[in-house]
Amino acid sequence: MIKNISNLGDAAVYCDFGTEVNKSVNSEVIKYFKALKKENVESINNLTPSYNKLIVSYDLRKTNFKEVKKLIENLNINETQDKNNTKIEIPVCCDDQFSLDIKRLEEKLKINRDKILKNFFRKEYFCYMTGFIAGMPFLGDLDENMRVPRLETPRVKVPKGSVALTEQFANIYTFESPGGWNIIGNTPLDIFDNSKEVEPNVINPGDTVVFKQINIEEYNSYNDK
Amino acid sequence: MINNFEIIRAGVNTTFQDQGRSNLYHIGIPFSGAMDNRNYSLANKLTGNKLTSPVIEFAYQGPHLKYTGEKINIAVTGDVVFKIIKSGTEIDGNCYESYQIESGDQINLISTNKSVYGYLAIGGGLDLKLQWNSCSINTKANIGSNDGKKLENGQKINILNINSDQTKKKTSYINSKVENIRVIKGPNFDYFSEEGKKIFFEKEFTVSKLSDRMGMRLEGSKIENIVNTNIKSEGLIKGVIQVPADGNPIIMLSDHGTVGGYPKIGVVASVDYDRLVQISPGSKIKFKEINLSDAETLFKLYEMETQNLLLQI
Repeated sequence: MIKNISNLGDAAVYCDFGTEVNKSVNSEVIKYFKALKKENVESINNLTPSYNKLIVSYDLRKTNFKEVKKLIENLNINETQDKNNTKIEIPVCCDDQFSLDIKRLEEKLKINRDKILKNFFRKEYFCYMTGFIAGMPFLGDLDENMRVPRLETPRVKVPKGSVALTEQFANIYTFESPGGWNIIGNTPLDIFDNSKEVEPNVINPGDTVVFKQINIEEYNSYNDK
Repeated sequence: MINNFEIIRAGVNTTFQDQGRSNLYHIGIPFSGAMDNRNYSLANKLTGNKLTSPVIEFAYQGPHLKYTGEKINIAVTGDVVFKIIKSGTEIDGNCYESYQIESGDQINLISTNKSVYGYLAIGGGLDLKLQWNSCSINTKANIGSNDGKKLENGQKINILNINSDQTKKKTSYINSKVENIRVIKGPNFDYFSEEGKKIFFEKEFTVSKLSDRMGMRLEGSKIENIVNTNIKSEGLIKGVIQVPADGNPIIMLSDHGTVGGYPKIGVVASVDYDRLVQISPGSKIKFKEINLSDAETLFKLYEMETQNLLLQI
């Protein structure tokens, strides 16, 4: 449930679902996000779900805080509850050339490579939000024994497609960008295709994601098909 | 016949902009669009274009262009010093006035006078490849026309159509400067010490040279955080003022990232956004608290004024 609705400036509504970061709080955020998206309100120009907040921005020339707040309060959330969430399989290769931080992960977690990969690939992940760079999904939760902090010194360039871990989350670098997450592997799948006018992103907030381990031959031939 | 401009000198940060792209924050794509919306609309109106047509936005020093093709009309808005060169003769250009340009003419947008952004609208519009329904270039994310990159020397800009009505249009408008930027308190206002809150609303800040289309960085007395210098990442909108651990506020501008993890001390009222972006590095700004209902009323008046200006053209 929304704990508090307030204004963020004069052109956005700030829906506060609390301060905790967990799947049940985030699922509530996603429910509201999806319900509002479905309403397709012309005066609303953006919805930004995150771990425990939903920001609804609107065109102040067309509506105002009071109207949008009322709309949110009157949403019928139960009816729009999404039972069949999309489940997406992401191929990941953990060949040495890709798992750039495997040594660091072994040291920090005090478990060996095989066990790390086994833990990582057997889980189902939930997409809490996408952002930071276009299309980057924040996927959780990693098991308690798989959680490591960010790199002390972030990389200037993280290769595109890198799959990386930090604390309770995994993410995928949709473009080459600076970054400080611990890289475990790389996906040959284009997670964000900016040549697509519609749905350029493969993973949306609220989706379920599973990672499938592939070998280097499968990785190299993945985009040949 | 191809009607186009050749870029002799691109300028400092010259891009194509329009009304921006909406409903993509949830997948991490910024809004972008013209920084100063009023001047953007006025430029289009002066050339007889649709108000949401793409224009050329420039910062500080604009482009120097040479035209080849059929007669067209153009208009410049902002506080811009520019010249039109016709067969060797230089004419001083006036903003808020349309000009007819013919083959061989040049437009030299020399500088934005004590401001940041200027706009050049071209009658008939620009022939651009849109991305997600907008031409707006975001150079940090490489999104938009021109492969998401700023314009460069030697490039050509193709004209889409030729307007049949090229009669001179003009209006008188003076860009007003704002003394105080009005701000609504943000959701993390109470993260800051009493002294910090006082500094925020009472002291002057200097606009840093590191400001760009993504954000305006400010320097001045440090604003002390007494709760937590980081929050869990959450959505941002333009005008949000974040204060990172170093105590120096950053105002999110049109190309800002979609989420951020610094406490939000306030949000700039929409009424002052167009004027905020025009404050140049080195200038001082001061914030003034305003409540939501006053902010809404003032924006309504500002919008009415914009509509009136458009009607006069």
